[in-house]
Amino acid sequence: MSFEQSMARLEAIASRLEDEELDLDAALALFEEGVAELRAASAYLAKAETRLKQLTEAADGVFKVTDLRA
Amino acid sequence: MSTPRRGGRPSQSLGELELFAASPPPSRAAEPSRSRPRSARAVPPPAPRAAYVEDAIPGASPSAAVSVMALTATARDVLEGAFMPLWVRGEVSDFKAHRNGHWYFCLRDGDAQIRCVAWSRDRRIPARPDDGMQVAAFGQLSVYPARGEMQFSVTRMEAEGDGLYRKALDITRARLEADGLLDPRRKRALPRYPRRIAVITSRDGAALRDIHAVVQRRCPAVDIVLVPAAVQGDAAPESLCDALDRVARWQKADVLIIGRGGGAREDLWAFNDERVARALASCPMPTISAVGHEIDMSICDLVADVRAPTPSAAAEAAVPVQAELRERLRAFAGLFAGLSADHVARARLDASDAVLRVSDGAVRHVDRRRQNVEAGAGRLNAVSPLATLDRGYAIVRTANGRTVRSVRALRAGQEVELVFRDGAASATIDGAASPASETESSETGGPS
Repeated sequence: MSFEQSMARLEAIASRLEDEELDLDAALALFEEGVAELRAASAYLAKAETRLKQLTEAADGVFKVTDLRA
Repeated sequence: MSTPRRGGRPSQSLGELELFAASPPPSRAAEPSRSRPRSARAVPPPAPRAAYVEDAIPGASPSAAVSVMALTATARDVLEGAFMPLWVRGEVSDFKAHRNGHWYFCLRDGDAQIRCVAWSRDRRIPARPDDGMQVAAFGQLSVYPARGEMQFSVTRMEAEGDGLYRKALDITRARLEADGLLDPRRKRALPRYPRRIAVITSRDGAALRDIHAVVQRRCPAVDIVLVPAAVQGDAAPESLCDALDRVARWQKADVLIIGRGGGAREDLWAFNDERVARALASCPMPTISAVGHEIDMSICDLVADVRAPTPSAAAEAAVPVQAELRERLRAFAGLFAGLSADHVARARLDASDAVLRVSDGAVRHVDRRRQNVEAGAGRLNAVSPLATLDRGYAIVRTANGRTVRSVRALRAGQEVELVFRDGAASATIDGAASPASETESSETGGPS
């Protein structure tokens, strides 16, 4: 799941948790899911270095992404 | 209508030109002295030796007359040798664009005029000049042998007040507008959390370095994929189109930045090319154009989904600030902690906050931070309601699995389930009372 999807899911979970009618089981399930999404989203943010790459195309139309020294 | 190009002169004249080369300078050789023809006519045939000399000098006697072709070719050589390519100022008149792509016109002022040609392949002129336009034209003075006319071969031209550039831009803009490519409704939103940015620019330019620096600073989670292209010179438009085509087929970028750093107007001109603009408009992912400096406005800027004044600004528009994202995650964590269930201790909220503070403080150290994020997720998990059971809490459920949140949901004799960390036990309610009553219900949930 992409970071964008994780964030969207987190928004949805947060707004459902704010619903006071929600029973505890559902709240617990949502909480668990929220924690999982938080973990996934945190993994996206854990990367601390921008990789610089270059796209090349072989004669047969196959793309290759190779490292490019900055 | 076409003129023999330089170097493409008819070969017949070569013999005579070679003859000139072995003779005195052509300008003098082609201009026989006055006395000579008269003497040739008036006096008896000269001595064999003299006749030989006159016959040997081209144009010096009827028998040595030069061909018209040789004359015009020589005149061309003389003119081209005497004049370096130069700028000439004048008013354009009689402009005609021929089917073969060449342009023919006159430059004039006062009573003087010069025929001009701008070959389609040689000229670097943004748009056709209009009759009456005041221009400066750069070219080589020459001779058009087919007409025996002096001719100025123009390669570059500038009009007063940037007239030609404005005209070229207006024409391109109108054509794109007619196809709806400048419609504001076409503009797409940029992705909020891109993972991979494609950048079309030159490999060695400042633009790539600037973009890389900004992305690294703001959001190192994002990667950059360069799709190299020539950004100036004659090959630039085609090179940019190729790169756009490649990015479109590759399809793995979330957003595209196309551009280059500042430069002279001519250097930025490829980004005004209609083909480039059309290729950019058909790009499958959202696009940001960043051409030159703040003041430079290009056709690509009009077509792209977002126009950035500089490559650095494009990078800023493309990526979020990672620290702000972390802030949002922290907010979610706090929200969940606060909302998930009010029977979970308040400590949990503090813990989750502390967890994210820890991960936030370690930005500069990749490995340490990664560990901290891991630890953060682990600790968040530890304070979830389920983990709370570890700390001695129990949950009361009815026979059909519903969690009991209030003593009001219970009645005497009801069978319930008590869920502990390591299992569940069944229990029967002896009695139930509202919180106002003093009666304790046995074995029901809540802190024990």
